[in-house]
Amino acid sequence: MRSAAITRTSIEPEWVLPSRGRVGMFSLIAAEAAVFTIFVVAYIFYVGKSVSGPTPKDVLELPIVGTVCLLSSSVTIHLAVRALRNSKLTVFGVWWFVTIVLGAIFLIGTGMEWRHLIFDDGVTVNTNLFGTTYYSLVGLHAFHVTVGLIVLILGMIFFLLGEIKPEHSQRAEIFSLYWHFVDVVWIVVFTVVYIVGR
Amino acid sequence: MASDSIALNVINQDTRPIGDRLHDWVVTVDHKKLGILYILYGLVFLIIGGIEATIMRIQLVVPHNHFVSPEVFNRMFTMHGTTMIFFVIMPILFGFGTYLIPLMIGTRDMAFPRLNAFSFWLTAFGGLLLYFSFIGGNGLYGAGNAPDVGWFAYAPLTSRAFSIGHSTDFWTLGLLVSGFGSIGTAVNFIATILCMRCPGMTLGKMPLLAWLYLIVGGMVILAISPLTAAQLMLSVDRYLGGHFFDTQAGGSAVLWMHFFWIFGHPEVYILVVPAFAFASEIIPVFSRKPIFGYPVMVAATVCIGFISFSVWAHHMFTVGMSSYGNTFFTVTTMIIAVPTGIKIFNWIGTMWGGKIQFKAPMLFCIGFLFQFLIAGLTGIMMAASPFDWQLGNSYFVVAHFHYVIVGGILFTVFGAFYYWFPKMSGRMYSETLAKWHFWLFLIGFHLTFDFMHIPGILGMPRRIYTYEPGRGWGIWNMIVSIGVVFQIAGILVFVFNLLQSLVKGEPAGGDPWDAWTLEWSTNSPPPEYNFARIPVVQSRRPLWDIKHPEDPDWKYE
Repeated sequence: MRSAAITRTSIEPEWVLPSRGRVGMFSLIAAEAAVFTIFVVAYIFYVGKSVSGPTPKDVLELPIVGTVCLLSSSVTIHLAVRALRNSKLTVFGVWWFVTIVLGAIFLIGTGMEWRHLIFDDGVTVNTNLFGTTYYSLVGLHAFHVTVGLIVLILGMIFFLLGEIKPEHSQRAEIFSLYWHFVDVVWIVVFTVVYIVGR
Repeated sequence: MASDSIALNVINQDTRPIGDRLHDWVVTVDHKKLGILYILYGLVFLIIGGIEATIMRIQLVVPHNHFVSPEVFNRMFTMHGTTMIFFVIMPILFGFGTYLIPLMIGTRDMAFPRLNAFSFWLTAFGGLLLYFSFIGGNGLYGAGNAPDVGWFAYAPLTSRAFSIGHSTDFWTLGLLVSGFGSIGTAVNFIATILCMRCPGMTLGKMPLLAWLYLIVGGMVILAISPLTAAQLMLSVDRYLGGHFFDTQAGGSAVLWMHFFWIFGHPEVYILVVPAFAFASEIIPVFSRKPIFGYPVMVAATVCIGFISFSVWAHHMFTVGMSSYGNTFFTVTTMIIAVPTGIKIFNWIGTMWGGKIQFKAPMLFCIGFLFQFLIAGLTGIMMAASPFDWQLGNSYFVVAHFHYVIVGGILFTVFGAFYYWFPKMSGRMYSETLAKWHFWLFLIGFHLTFDFMHIPGILGMPRRIYTYEPGRGWGIWNMIVSIGVVFQIAGILVFVFNLLQSLVKGEPAGGDPWDAWTLEWSTNSPPPEYNFARIPVVQSRRPLWDIKHPEDPDWKYE
């Protein structure tokens, strides 16, 4: 009697639930967003509170090339995922590779900017509050780009080994959510550090 | 039950060598084993944190006592607070969640089993990292030893100048690592509850426990992350010479307080909402009535979840804020009492007119109701900022939050322990010993924490390692410390009962309480796959429907 009432036969409509990958990724993104929020709040709170120079106005320049590259990489990863969903494997590989290149250009840009700041302007984490908050916020974002790049490169390796198939498109799509998030965070960081904070 | 098509096998005795069985526990990704690991881990740290509390109470039992040095006393209150919050209550609550959620929503495991194992081990090693500070924080031979900065670690105590050695770094890293574990578990809770429910279990038909853990998951994600961020900033300050909380370079010590309490107050609700969840499962079963006001319970918890993120600065009234800040946080703190009060009325409504069975789980929940009410009332007293200016940082505050955490949360945790112990072990506990545990712990609790309010009102500040005679605090501290003896006795009875019942307890059977949620429809302990066939539900009390086909719940929901 109990088993009869509790088996599948008694339910007619199909039982559809959200994808756990998407829900998990959105939850992770919420957590990451909270972390970034605290760093952004700290940055804004400390704008102009440094007791000694140099100030952002003296040393920061707009990282236009890096920004354009990173934001375009959101488009390219979207194209890659769409190609995979439509079983166009070569197209996927090309766009995925372009995404890696764009992300790498962004990271190299950040690296060159830091090199310039450290060796030419003498700004380090312990120079003043600007240095502390700048390197923390931009560094935290660059760390996330690095993690994303590692996953992208792993995907590329799997692709070259011929292990990526259209049925993996959902995983690629879930990862692309993370990559889009990193881009959105950059828009916030760019606005706060290079526009408001300057 | 045994003839049931769902319950395929009886308790199977594992006869393999002990090494193999332990190996199973280390590499497991099974939510039931991980849940039990979480709970055992929390119980071990409960003993450790309890020893630290006992050391403090021995030191304070008479004025001018010399049981421990001031330095050791500082370490004890820091380690006691950090341990009890992060490595006792959180793991135990996560453990129950990990164990129960898949069973209650009728699925075979969490959404991400390996993430589940990863999160547990992060939490476990976070605790080990914290305790390694006793020897690794330049302890034993150098400056440092265990952290002594208080559990909220205000700047500038944590700066390199005032915290020599690595003790604060172990504190930071321990909480950072276990924080990642908590976030992983929270992601898992949310994904499991939203994506793994058995057919028919719409959101409105989930057990309240699943609903409340869903809300807890969201709160953990939004509250632990700020702590993680703040700990990263503290590490930047301590290791890279940053100035986040360095007031001499323009940094702000108050910013740390804000960041810590943005985590710290939601954390209280992260701890108490699972306690609500246990009460919401136990009280109906032992009142033999369905929960009163299910939708209101869910709505009230969602309200608590939201409001809990807007009350944090009531921990900072004594720091000095603008009158607008004080007013805002006074008002929000008082508002959060409203949904909490609604929940208390609903539990009483559930008991009202029921055939109450005073078994151990129910006794602990009734204790919870009374004590949580008093804790809430002293909370409202201190929400009024002028009152808080008088009593902030006094023993009144200490008494208040122990009333929440021990009187509210720990009591329901014990209730949950007795309620689900038959499910987890397959054996019944001794009801007599459980009642001894309850009454001893109740007496000890009230001796300690009722009388702790009084020295607070008389002006005794928290965290002092000793006090002078003649202030009228002596007798109260004596009573408070005597209560600890009863609490220890209660805990000993609990541990003895646990161990004895594991070996000698009566077989429990699948459904010893005649309960209504899905975890009771399978064997005790459940097989690794939980359900031979994934169940299908039609109401909030699927087992009621099966036991009473003539009058099923789904006709009324």
